[in-house]
Amino acid sequence: MRYIEPHGHMVSRTTDDYQDMVTAGCAAVCEPAFWAGYDRKGVQGFHDYFCQLTDYEPKRAAKFGLPHYAWLCINPKESEDVKLAEEVIGIIPQFIDKPSVLGIGEIGLNKNSRNEMKVLEMHVDLAARTNSLILVHTPHLEDKLKGTRLILDVLKSDKRIKPERCIIDHVEEHTVQRVLDAGFWAGMTLYPESKCSPARAIDIIETYGAERLWMNSACDWGVSVPLAVPRTALEMRRRGHSAKFIDQMIFQNPARFMGQCPKFKLPA
Amino acid sequence: MTRQQVLELYFMEARFKLVEVAAFLDRVDRAKGPPDFRLAAFRKAMKELSGKKPGRAKKVLLAFSDPTTKPIAKAPGKGACGAWPAGK
Ligand SMILES: [Zn+2]
Repeated sequence: MRYIEPHGHMVSRTTDDYQDMVTAGCAAVCEPAFWAGYDRKGVQGFHDYFCQLTDYEPKRAAKFGLPHYAWLCINPKESEDVKLAEEVIGIIPQFIDKPSVLGIGEIGLNKNSRNEMKVLEMHVDLAARTNSLILVHTPHLEDKLKGTRLILDVLKSDKRIKPERCIIDHVEEHTVQRVLDAGFWAGMTLYPESKCSPARAIDIIETYGAERLWMNSACDWGVSVPLAVPRTALEMRRRGHSAKFIDQMIFQNPARFMGQCPKFKLPA
Repeated sequence: MTRQQVLELYFMEARFKLVEVAAFLDRVDRAKGPPDFRLAAFRKAMKELSGKKPGRAKKVLLAFSDPTTKPIAKAPGKGACGAWPAGK
């Protein structure tokens, strides 16, 4: 089995996790910028984090033969402070041309506030100006439906943005349809206690088709499973899905989306 | 998959989860003090389970969701609790 982990916060994982992922068939890992679990005090903290994502972490992954890619942004959880967000967005161009940076992400909303909306629009503008792919985080739990609607409105209202170059992540049964109908890609996050279980993710694939869907573990410092994608592949096999179809879901689809950025290359 | 195959694969797991929900409701009953909006949302969402049409998972998620469409003035914090505190 081969697969791509399109959304993993590897800075918060151990080298054992890298080893396990590669052993399970991981061919590339992609790491969006996220919240550290505490608010960073200033732009310098983000500068250091972006260095970690674009320099140190690819080297750590390379020790296990794993290509590592990154997405850059200030996370929606830190977007209430618009001035800080402006400063952080101001330094992203220093990193955007690094060989492992795929685009802007994971941007989006958290509590659906006005300031979060402003910062989302600033990120979308940066992505449009730099012709970058976009990875969007949709809010948690009770805030997801509203946040997804607002995010789609922002993306659709910027005519420079092509939906096929944006992935809206963490969709569930109540949001997936509107994301796909609008022409965007949709990501399903496999978490043990929230978001999607493997069984529900496969239900969604069976209901909505596999054309513009991917699955990720979004493993971070919270309750999450770095091997959630290959485990879901096993669940697909138990349901009788073919090896070819499973390969499309866990390898070819993420490769097709991220391959829109010419920097994304898989080992031959 | 046939319905038989779905039952083979998922019946035991679903049965287990249903008993967990029943025990959770018993636990809430046994406890003291007033509940909050989350219990009301839970009971509302449970009604969707007995529906005859597919789309139950979507309807359960919608029952817990904030249905409003305007951004709020300021984020009250970072977390989400799983249910929308209607009118709060
Ligand atoms: Zn994430």
